[in-house]
Amino acid sequence: MVIEARPGREERVWAELAQIPDPEIPAISVVDLGVIGGVTFEDDQIHVKLLPTFVGCPAIDVMRHDITERLGALDLADSVVVDVTFDPPWTSDRISDHGRERLRLSGFAPPAPMPPGPVGLIGIDDLATMPVAECPYCGSSDTTLDNPFGPTLCRAIYHCSACRQPFEQFKRV
Amino acid sequence: MTAASSGVAALDPAARDALAELLLSVADDEFVIGFWDSEWTGIAPMLEEDVATSSIAQDEIGHARALYELLAELTEDDADRIAFGREVADYRHAALLNHARGDWAFSVARRYLYETADAVRLTALASSAHDGLAALAGKMRREETYHMLHADAWVRRLADGDGRDRFAAAVVALWADAQEVFAPLESGDRLVRDRWLPQPMTELHAAWVARVRPILEPIAGDLQALEPRTDGRRRRTDDFSWLHGEFTRVSGSEAGALW
Repeated sequence: MVIEARPGREERVWAELAQIPDPEIPAISVVDLGVIGGVTFEDDQIHVKLLPTFVGCPAIDVMRHDITERLGALDLADSVVVDVTFDPPWTSDRISDHGRERLRLSGFAPPAPMPPGPVGLIGIDDLATMPVAECPYCGSSDTTLDNPFGPTLCRAIYHCSACRQPFEQFKRV
Repeated sequence: MTAASSGVAALDPAARDALAELLLSVADDEFVIGFWDSEWTGIAPMLEEDVATSSIAQDEIGHARALYELLAELTEDDADRIAFGREVADYRHAALLNHARGDWAFSVARRYLYETADAVRLTALASSAHDGLAALAGKMRREETYHMLHADAWVRRLADGDGRDRFAAAVVALWADAQEVFAPLESGDRLVRDRWLPQPMTELHAAWVARVRPILEPIAGDLQALEPRTDGRRRRTDDFSWLHGEFTRVSGSEAGALW
């Protein structure tokens, strides 16, 4: 079935998505987090591609529910279908500049950019090359990684030697 | 993900069974090591490790879930049913994962052996002809980098300290069963021919041995050259029966319950 072009429909969907917070870090929207892989209209259905930050992220089902509910309320289509996919993979480089700023304001260091080239195996010598996180409170780079694992799958724990605060970083992945 | 997008919609039964065998072997490995890791939640030697092992366990069980979902789509089954609805004898994880968690050095040794083997396997699967599996393997590999980092750091720490002897003893005890991550699959030839698994297990096994020996032999002494056995994914132990009782307790308490 061919749907008539309805200008502005896609923009309205994206604008609504931009209002949906990440369930684990509500300061950032699902759009700024980069987990929305695309929006298409097919047969009076809105299809949203959702790219999980981590495969085992328990927030996926919450996001799926929120997206279905909020887009459904726009009354633009008969139904909303959320397709969870790992192609393309979500990477921390997908977080927008606005999203990185929002993370910083809520006390999270944004992830350092991924190094160029394919993701390879990591060895003992690479430990020293773990990226330095900038303290979200005082801006110092004099920080140490306390634990690459934190309160959720996507967060690491750092300590700032300058202002002596622990803080979390959204992991580079 | 739909069957059509994974390119598996029109498989003949033999090809489907081959793919199912591969998916189940990887999924069960991730599932079982995830549950063993979760046994450390609350009692790890230090708070950071409590958080780390719990987080790693959550990752592994998340990977297993995604793999069981691919399998369920292929065989028109239900992912929860596959995960929790089988008898002990029907699980297909490698013998390395049959052992109880043991002490910390034992868990680190097992995790190092498994992570390194899994890394070799995931690299191969990332170029599988199964699009859904290739994409998932690529994504899993990004996360496993952190597990590898964690295992590497602990091997180094134990090798330089009081735990060295216990770590060495654990490596020796686990070495034979660790080979079984690369145990031949019944449909191995077909999997390679159809490029679901782009390299034969024998090649992956050799690559893994070449990688871990130079790290482990200076600590644990000479490690025998061993070939994986055909029953490497079929041997089960009392330790695993106990774990099975643990992880099926909730699902077994009320059939079909949602939580």
